[in-house]
Parts: sequence; structure tokens; C-alpha cells
Amino acid sequence: MSLSVLAIDDSRTMRNLLSAALGRAGYSVELAEDGQDGLERFARTNPDVVITDINMPNLDGFGVIEGVRSMAPGRVVPILVLTTESAPELRQRARAAGATGWIVKPFDDEKLIWAIERVAPTGGAA
Amino acid sequence: MTTGGSDDFRASFFEECDELLEAMHDGLGLMQDGAGDGETVHVIFRAVHSIKGGAGAFGLDALVSFAHQLETVLERLRSGKIEATPDLLTLFQQCGDYLSDLVTAARADAAVDPGPADALGRRLDAASGPDCDTSEAVSQAADDFVPLALDLDALEDPQESDADDPMSSGIGHHITFTAEPELFSSGNEPALLFRALATLGPTRVGADVSDVPPLSLLDPTMSHLSWEIELDGDCPADIVLDVFDFVSDCASVEIAPLEHIAAPPDRSTVPASDDIAPAAGADAAAPAEGQPPNSETVGWGHEPARAALPEPAVAPPQLSARIAAPQTIRVDFERVDKLINLVGELVIKEAMLSQAVGKLTLNTGNEVLQELDGLKQLAGEIQEGVMAIRAQPIKPLFQRMGRTIREAAAMTNKRVRLVMKGEAAEVDKTVLERLVDPLTHMVRNAVDHGLEDTETRMAAGKPAEGSVTLSAAHRSGRVVIEISDDGGGINRDKVRQLAEKKGLIAPDAPLISSDIDALLFMPGFSSKDEVSELSGRGVGLDVVRSEITALGGRMSIQSELGVGTVFSISLPLTLAVLEGMVVNVAGQTMVVPITAIQETLQPASARIHTIGPGTKVLSIRETLMPVADLGAHFGFREPPEELDDHVLLVIETDTDRRCALIVDALQDQRQVVIKSLETNYSQIDGISAATILGDGRIALIVDPEGVAGGVSPVPATLVAPANPDIVEGDSLVTA
Repeated sequence: MSLSVLAIDDSRTMRNLLSAALGRAGYSVELAEDGQDGLERFARTNPDVVITDINMPNLDGFGVIEGVRSMAPGRVVPILVLTTESAPELRQRARAAGATGWIVKPFDDEKLIWAIERVAPTGGAA
Repeated sequence: MTTGGSDDFRASFFEECDELLEAMHDGLGLMQDGAGDGETVHVIFRAVHSIKGGAGAFGLDALVSFAHQLETVLERLRSGKIEATPDLLTLFQQCGDYLSDLVTAARADAAVDPGPADALGRRLDAASGPDCDTSEAVSQAADDFVPLALDLDALEDPQESDADDPMSSGIGHHITFTAEPELFSSGNEPALLFRALATLGPTRVGADVSDVPPLSLLDPTMSHLSWEIELDGDCPADIVLDVFDFVSDCASVEIAPLEHIAAPPDRSTVPASDDIAPAAGADAAAPAEGQPPNSETVGWGHEPARAALPEPAVAPPQLSARIAAPQTIRVDFERVDKLINLVGELVIKEAMLSQAVGKLTLNTGNEVLQELDGLKQLAGEIQEGVMAIRAQPIKPLFQRMGRTIREAAAMTNKRVRLVMKGEAAEVDKTVLERLVDPLTHMVRNAVDHGLEDTETRMAAGKPAEGSVTLSAAHRSGRVVIEISDDGGGINRDKVRQLAEKKGLIAPDAPLISSDIDALLFMPGFSSKDEVSELSGRGVGLDVVRSEITALGGRMSIQSELGVGTVFSISLPLTLAVLEGMVVNVAGQTMVVPITAIQETLQPASARIHTIGPGTKVLSIRETLMPVADLGAHFGFREPPEELDDHVLLVIETDTDRRCALIVDALQDQRQVVIKSLETNYSQIDGISAATILGDGRIALIVDPEGVAGGVSPVPATLVAPANPDIVEGDSLVTA
């Protein structure tokens, strides 16, 4: 079964790009358009990996991380944070909240998959 | 940068940009009005941030860099480091406008004047406070947008690695990886990192289990391991380190050229390959391959599992429409137009069916008639529903005017605020597009001519800040747009003087206020002498009005001295149907738009004067207007000598030409579906389009402007006899 990825971003453009890139890599993709939507979909679909934006309405990326961590206490789901800021304090905050890693936008297919491979059992190095 | 369907993504990005820019302008407007709350600045920030993010994906560097500068200052505002002063808000408005320009330019692949970016950038710098430099931030942004230092070529071909890399031994790397106890709580898994490492070259991995406590003391959520890894090949060290990027703060990674290690680590070394056993195998704690760890009390480095989700951020009152955003689908415009055409056919078919059934002389209450009524109603509803697909809210158009107002205010040194009302009203997309120019002109006009300068306003006891209000409302099947200002109103004495000076009216012409106001719409009223640089541009209100008329619209003015002026535009909701008068002319059926018809009358010969061979004039209410035969205009026949059996349509065009058109009979007043002739045939002077009537006959739709343009005006030497009593009796319809 292919790896399932939940991608949360309030930007439709980003969702499109993520969906296409993840689809090309053979992952199954679930999309959510804000943090709250993301947590609802997380509860419903129980994905292998979560990719989330930071700046979002309703619930931001930090909230998503905390929510996911508290919803799945028996399992540390890899969470990758999408960020344009490579500012260390933002990563630190994400890490403190429980993020596994990060993807700096803009990303290309390789960068995205390289990030996922390092946090999730993708069934083989691509 | 992402291939495959990227054109679609690009198009979708720009559509999203429109929405984001709208949200940004909304937010800025709220802040300007002092109506913003804590969430408003977040919404603005997110909009700019998302534009930046998307722009980065498509390599739109100018957009990325400016959005970043703006975002940096917004971030300082939202984190409370700087205050939202009026100056800052004005700067944000200007930056927002420039950002819109950049988006527009990027969409068209056009160049944009970089000048404002520099100037605005400097002002953003100044506004961002002493301890922040957005230009530094820009260079940082540039750094941000260099993809991570992952040299993919090197990945594919290790031979091409950087020979100058001091860490490149040419043989390989020795890596010591020691996990902090809380490594697992972030979801990182050493086995996956080692597997990623193995993509860089052959590896040998050994685990040091010496720190693992006895089972009774073991906390399975903690890591107690370290590893020694040997990586063969000459992959550059920075690429090797990149593998460990995510764990740089919860593990120590030491890397040394392989040859510097005297002897292989004295530990059991396992060959690395795809089937590396997860490190958790030794540690019995890591969440390997999705297996749940063997304890339910695990907190994974956090406090014990929280009972409930964190409270979501309090829903902001105004701008978080996203929650309740309506579900949408995207449809090609062509498809909608095709559907509209088909529905037009349906309506015509329905009319034909009605007519055919009418000939059957069925009894009232007959089932066929009842069903036909049902069909008629349904067809009407379908038509309305389909028209609604083309309808779009007028808000973006109004927002665009906000910018026009700001620019006009800056040029005239006036303080002006835009007030929007009813901006959710929906109008046909094409109508909206064609409203841009007229509305821009009128809004400029309102700021430039309508509003007084600040001193005059203060002296008159008005607020220093003038306001221009744009409102939209649906009224009886049309949409009414009003552009009002709280300025000085129309100075009718001055208008009159000006019109006399230009010879537009006779010096002693008896004019009431509305007649004087109407002078503003006359061609040649405004000329370059009177208009300022701003609203000049060679366009007068007459052009505005003809554009509005071309859309089937009507314009009117109300004004009160010292209080302000209101321009009203009444428009049809759609361009696909037209309210028309169906007439007979020389055996032909034609349709005249109702909007152009002032009245229809049965001429009494006393009021028709022949002033030359084939030239007639109609005397009506002390004025004379030329009479033209519609049949003769199109070459169907010679103009009739006697008009007793005919009907006259008094039409007024938007260029204020009035004339009376001779037709043979009036048939009906009804909505007709417009069928373009230009797409199938060619443009014909005096004909705007065609339609299909209920009986299946094709009828041409008359273009009043075109017809009136071909009629010679009444010579100025003629004066109408005073016989108003004749008019009242035989006027059939007053439009």
C-alpha cells in the first residue's frame, strides 16, 4: 500500500503543487485547507505523514502539530513543516511543538521526496 | 519549477492571487477605517505570505522579493513591535497597490516598473523600526529561496563532487551519530536517516549500545544509542550533513574523512542496505514502520496525552469567511456561454410552442395549456439560473476603485475615503468588465471635481476628509450603481455659463435644474481648458454615458449645492436578453430596444411638417425633431408620403440625438434573446443583433444610435409652432 500523506495548506496553489508532486511520487494524498480541517482529516484518514503550512487561519501549523501529537499519543507520526522562513526560531518553535522536519518553500519534487524519505518508511530509497 | 500541468497551476495561482489581494485590500480597508481587530493584520499577513509562497514556486522573483519586504513589516506589526500609524497604513495601501501591479505584470509575463519597489522598499525599511532592516531581510529572503543545498547531480553521479571540498577525502566519510534521549519525540527515526544516507554511497553502520540501561530502568521513549557510520565515495560533506538536517538539534553528528580514522570502530558492524533493521530493534522504543510502541502510557516527550484538542483560535468576526466558504467548481467560460445560448434556444422554442398551441383554440383549463404554463415558468427559471452563473459580485470592481480614489486623492492633495455599499450585488461578468473604464472615470471625476479641497470643506463645516460612496443594489430586474460624493454639488450657474460660452445652448434657453445637469453629458461640454490634468484625458462624461448605453444602461444625476452629487447608473443584469419593442416595418419584423424609446405616438398630420423633398420634421412640445422611415433606412422601401396609418417611435440616443422613426405597427413588448450577427455574419450599420421570435421568424434588433446617426438634423432656422395640446391626446405609450 502506498504511503499516505496529509498535506495542509491554506493556499490553493500550494495544495495543487503538493498534490501533484506527491501524486507523481506515488503517494496517496489527502488535502486540507486549514489547521482545523487538517486535524479533522487526520482523525478520519490516519495518514502516514503530515505536511503542514505554518501560517493558516483557524488553526496554525503549531496548533496542527500539537493536535496531531495529542490525537495519536501511541504513535509519533512524522510531521513536516512547510515554511518559507528558514529563520531558526520558527523551526525551533515547530520542533518544540513536535515537528519532525521541514520543507523550505519553494520546493521541487526531489526536495519534497527527500524530506519525506528521511522521516517515513517509503518502501525503498528512490 | 514543478513540471507537468504547471500552466494550470499557474493559472490557478493567479486566480488565488486575486482572492488573496481582495482579502488584503479588505483588511487594509478595515484597518484604515479603524475597524480592524487583532485578526485583521493576521489575515493581511497570510495573504501576502501566500502570494509570496506561490510566487516562489513559479520563480516570480520580483513578486517574491517585494512580498517579502512587505511581509517583514507586517510581521513586525502583528508581533507588536511597531504601531499601526496612519502613515504606515497609507504605506501599506500603496504597497498593496504595487503588489497588485506585480501580480498583474507577472500574470501577463510583462515587465513592471521597478521604481516603486525601490522607493516603497526604502519606506518599508524606515517604517520597520530601528532594529530591523527589510533589505537585509530581502537578502535573507533570497537565501530562503535558494533550495536546500542538495546537489542532485552529485547524488546521481558521485564522481562529479566538488574537488575543492576540504572534507572530500575522495574515499568516504566517517560519521558519528549520537542521538539525544528525546530524539524520538519529534518523530525522527535513525533507521530512515541511515537509509537516506545509503543513497549517497555504500555504508556500514554500527550501533553503540553501551548506554542502554537495564530493562527495568529503560524508558522506551528515550534514545540511548549512538552509531558509527562509514560512507564510501566522495560525496561532499555538506550533502552528508543535509541528511541529518532535521535532527541537528536533537543529535550530535560528527563527520570526518574516512582515512583519518585509524581503525574501523571496534563494534559489531552491520552491512547497510535497504533492509537495515530499524534502530528501534535495539532500543525497543522507536515507532518503527508504524508499529505502535509497546506501552500505552507513552507521552513521547510531551506531557501526558491531552484529553482534548487545543482550543482553536477564536474565529475572527469578519474575514475568516474561509470556514463558511461556498463550495465552488471551476468551469470554462465557453461552456457557460454555450449553455446560455442553448437556454436562449429553449426560451425561443417555448415561445414557438406557445404560439402553435395558441392556434389550436383550446379551451381555457385544457391540460395542454396548463402544462405549457408550467413549461414556460420552468424555462424562465432555467434562464435566470443560467444567467446567475455568469454573474459575479461587484466587490472587486469597487475595490479597484479604491485604488483609483487613493491615486486621485494624492494627485489633488485631497483626503478621501471610499465607502462601499451593497458590494455583494452580482452583475454579469461582461458588464462588470466593461464598467471598469466608465466607473474609473466617474470616480476620478468625483474626487477631482466633486469634492472640494480641504480648506473649503473645513470652512463649510464639513469633515476634512471627503467621502466617495460606491453602492450597488438590485432594483426590478436591473442593477443600480451609484457613485456619490459629499462635495460641493453641481454649480449650475457655472455649468450654464460654460454651456452658453461653448454654444451648446441658447443664452436665454429656459432650463430647469435637471436640464442643466444633463448638459454635463453633452459631447463637447468638457474640454481641455476646464478639466484638470487628472480627469481630463480627453474623455468627457458623454463618452462615459455612451459606454453605459452600449451596455443597455441609463444614467442620471442628482445634485444639491453644498451637499454633494449622485450619479446613478441603471444596468441590465445580463447582456443576453433585451427588453424590446417588436414592430412591423415594410413587411419585416424588427425589434427596437425599449431603453431607447422615449414615447410612441400616432402622428396627427398637423404635427408633421414637410420641409423639403422627402424631409419631414415632427413638432412636439415646442421642439422639432427629424422624422425618418425605418423601412427606408434599411432600403426596404421608399419613405411613405402619408403617415396616418403609421406609428412614430420617439427615440433618444445617448449622444442626445432625438428623432422619430416611422414604423408600420407595434406588435408587442417583450424580452428577446440576443443572437450576435457579428460572429456569424458581419456588422451592419443600424443593426446591433438579431433574435428569433416565437413564430420562428428572425427579427433584426435595431441599433438606435446607428439609425439616428444617419438622420439629418433639423435645420436650426426652423422654430416649432406652439401647439402642445395636440400631443397629449394621441400619445400611445410613454416610456
